[in-house]
Amino acid sequence: MIYAEILAGGIGRRMGNSDIPKQFLMLGTKPIIIHTLEQFLLVPEIAKVLVGCPKDWMGYMSDLVLKYIGTNEKIVIIEGGKDRNGTIMNGCHYIEENFGIGKKDILITHDAVRPFVDYRILTDNIKAAQKYDAVDTIIPATDTIVESLDGKVLSSVPIREYLYQGQTPQTFNIKELVEIYNSLTEDEKKILTDACKMFVIKNKKVGFVRGAEYNLKVTTMHDLKLANAILEVGLQDD
Amino acid sequence: MINCHYRLQSPKRIGLDFVEEEETEDTVVVRPTYLSICAADERYYQGKRDPKVLSKKLPMCLIHEAVGEVLKDPRGQFKPGTKVVLIPNTPLEHDEVVKENYLRSSKFRASGFDGFMQSLVLMNRDRIIPYENVSDRIAVLFELMSVTMNAIEHFNQYSHLKKQTIGVWGCGNVGYVTSLILKKIFPNAKIVVMGTNANKLHYFQFADETYLVTDLPEDFSVDHAFECVGGSGAESAINQMIDVINPQGSIALMGVSENLVGINTRMVLEKGITLLGNSRSGYEDFEAAIKFLENHPETIEYFEKIISKEVVVHSIADMTTAFDLDSSVDFKTIMKWEI
Repeated sequence: MIYAEILAGGIGRRMGNSDIPKQFLMLGTKPIIIHTLEQFLLVPEIAKVLVGCPKDWMGYMSDLVLKYIGTNEKIVIIEGGKDRNGTIMNGCHYIEENFGIGKKDILITHDAVRPFVDYRILTDNIKAAQKYDAVDTIIPATDTIVESLDGKVLSSVPIREYLYQGQTPQTFNIKELVEIYNSLTEDEKKILTDACKMFVIKNKKVGFVRGAEYNLKVTTMHDLKLANAILEVGLQDD
Repeated sequence: MINCHYRLQSPKRIGLDFVEEEETEDTVVVRPTYLSICAADERYYQGKRDPKVLSKKLPMCLIHEAVGEVLKDPRGQFKPGTKVVLIPNTPLEHDEVVKENYLRSSKFRASGFDGFMQSLVLMNRDRIIPYENVSDRIAVLFELMSVTMNAIEHFNQYSHLKKQTIGVWGCGNVGYVTSLILKKIFPNAKIVVMGTNANKLHYFQFADETYLVTDLPEDFSVDHAFECVGGSGAESAINQMIDVINPQGSIALMGVSENLVGINTRMVLEKGITLLGNSRSGYEDFEAAIKFLENHPETIEYFEKIISKEVVVHSIADMTTAFDLDSSVDFKTIMKWEI
């Protein structure tokens, strides 16, 4: 089975002056998270789309779904975790309790605030997940990435040719994901905030698919302005 | 839903626009699988249209020949994964007499509004037709076949019964498809193809005879003619048809010309020739095209021959490669849509 989980657990402190978590802010005529959710609902292979969101906002999220999408048995709203991986693990637990976890079951995880994800990126993730233990979505780094260990001077300037920027979706074999996560110590869990990194450290094969520059993450007011500027609100037939 | 529209912004420049589109109970979400470039698309792409037309119509998604797979149908009429051909003509009204493709109010993809170069296409449910038992790369030619079906229906309605020799002028895509379909629908007629390119005429081995337009035999005549030339060559082609057609024959016009065409109307009158205008196609013509291929599966290998290039599209650069290639190939360029 193929599951998806939209990660909306965060309360979006980076957005600054808004009390509403950033994933609920309007982009065009709908909240960001609804746009994101709609893209997942267009992929027939995905059996369930979980939405992991803060406990206090679960009712609000349900209202949004009802208002903008309507009743849809594919959508399940669950409580998010303490952190990103906690939200993902809550999703895995939900799947285990309700459907059981098959050996080949996969989970496509995605940032709620990347509403420009598209059909191609999602289906590429599904295809790649048949070959690898985990899949990351990446684009080549365009800026030079530099490293500074003390925050004052550069410690190294890695060769850009080998560097990529990670986006989402990230897709995992659920069984492996749960096993790896459970094998981590509490200290490791604090450091390993990226689930793909857990797989890399455990020497698992993490494949990647081509993301897109436009698969941007709306994390600041500037991003939101930009996202609204590039989105044209059209009629059904233009 | 947010959708990616790959629009021609100005000649040779394709850009990505994000459009928030409204799904309704009547719309079906389709993922295009194959798109085929038509001469009309190529004219837009190369900037070979009147600058006033270009400034009015661009930016616009090109392509009106496409097939795809259903992703979502709120009413469940079409199951996910159903292969469908997309109909570019979009009527806004119904008329008891006038066909949908001739209604002045009808809109047409990649002409009056965005064509199929989109990540997903929202289609009205009456603008898609399922197909099976034929590969997607052949199915993408259904639109071209439907245009011939529209012309043949018109021809059947208005031409006299003597159809011993039918001449087809033009050795491009439309000429090829039209002469091939005529050969099957009128098995007792002699199908003769006239062209200007000897190399391309070699592809027409199924025809009874082929001639360069400069080498027609002296006593050559046809009962009826199909003009599949268009552009600047249309004038000399139509006048040649008028010269060689037998009295009271009909000439089915199918080629689009940017400029006015001067023809020998004196001879049109003297011979009592019927000129039949044909343009585009509608739902019934697509149905006829699908049925044609079901009844004549042996033609599939002939249709394969006019797919000159297939370009797998992962990026905008791949799209421009396809359009650039298309201007130099013998027949058609199709795009496998994986963006």
